[in-house]
Amino acid sequence: MAITNSYIQEKLTEKFGEQVTNFEETYDMLSFESPKELNLKVLQFLYDEPTLSFQFMTDLTAVHYPKQVGRELAVVYHLHNLVENVRLRFKVFTDVNTPDVFTASKLFEAANWMERETYDFFGINFVGHPNLKRVLNVDEMDYFPLRKEFPLEDQTRIDKDDEMFGRG
Amino acid sequence: MRPVRFNINAKTANIADAIGAPPPGFAGEGFFTTKMSDVVGLARKNSLWPLPFATSCCGIEFMATMASHYDLSRFGAERVGFSPRQCDLLMVMGTISKKMGPVLRQVYLQMAEPRWVMAVGACASSGGIFDTYSVLQGIDQVIPVDVYVPGCPPRPEAIIDGFMRIQDLVGQESVRRRNGEQYKALLNSYGIE
Repeated sequence: MAITNSYIQEKLTEKFGEQVTNFEETYDMLSFESPKELNLKVLQFLYDEPTLSFQFMTDLTAVHYPKQVGRELAVVYHLHNLVENVRLRFKVFTDVNTPDVFTASKLFEAANWMERETYDFFGINFVGHPNLKRVLNVDEMDYFPLRKEFPLEDQTRIDKDDEMFGRG
Repeated sequence: MRPVRFNINAKTANIADAIGAPPPGFAGEGFFTTKMSDVVGLARKNSLWPLPFATSCCGIEFMATMASHYDLSRFGAERVGFSPRQCDLLMVMGTISKKMGPVLRQVYLQMAEPRWVMAVGACASSGGIFDTYSVLQGIDQVIPVDVYVPGCPPRPEAIIDGFMRIQDLVGQESVRRRNGEQYKALLNSYGIE
């Protein structure tokens, strides 16, 4: 029996009640969110529940929404049920001033590297991660480049002539 | 605003330099006298060992340059070395990220004097289109560069032209240059020695 999005939603609401919210379906893929304190409980439930068994983490990343005050950073988990071939997205939001989210690396080995990347680019502090340090950027970097307040262009450069780049 | 600068003193290539014409000197029956530095320069410039440091598409153009159609070995650069200890010319071809910068610098430091550096393509010369937090804005931020080859990527002809400019530099270099104060100051400005 293929599990449907409404079935997943039903199971989650049954277990977590009002705490899982914002269910929506885009291109047949379910996405929902929960408070960040519950992220491990939800992931564990989706993993252990025999009829759901989302036991494969496809992706883990973050998004910065500078205009949503108090919930600027979203951590997004992409999960996959390999038996039924069903995918879902799970988001937790956190304040940019206290970007502490529990690590999923105990549950999914794949989360180890992806949480390091997410820390590298967004500065999410994954509490309990065994080795949370930069992985792609230089170690000396003192900011998180994919947060929106940092300009994309290299700021150390002084020789660029704006006129030659069409923005003079 | 900084004025746009163009190269108003562009040099045209002298074909005699390229084909290794004999330096000025005094010739007689069975002998030829000339300056030591000219002989050394002639020998060096026609037997450069390139060390390709290819990280992206410019490296593909370099492969074409080495292959039979363009054939860089015509210029005495037959032997591409992959050990920095043995090579004279570091050819940096491609985007160098900030994380790669120390690696490139280490490779440069491992090369024995005399050594030359050629930045091939827009990325190696200036960061190119990658004006971003992760890319080194030109390799001349970490090592001194002798010749810049423009292009994105440059055609093999451009790489060969850059190589011939390197040959000019090598052929005309004084044998004392590498011991001079000016050269030492240049290296010191990059924090070397």
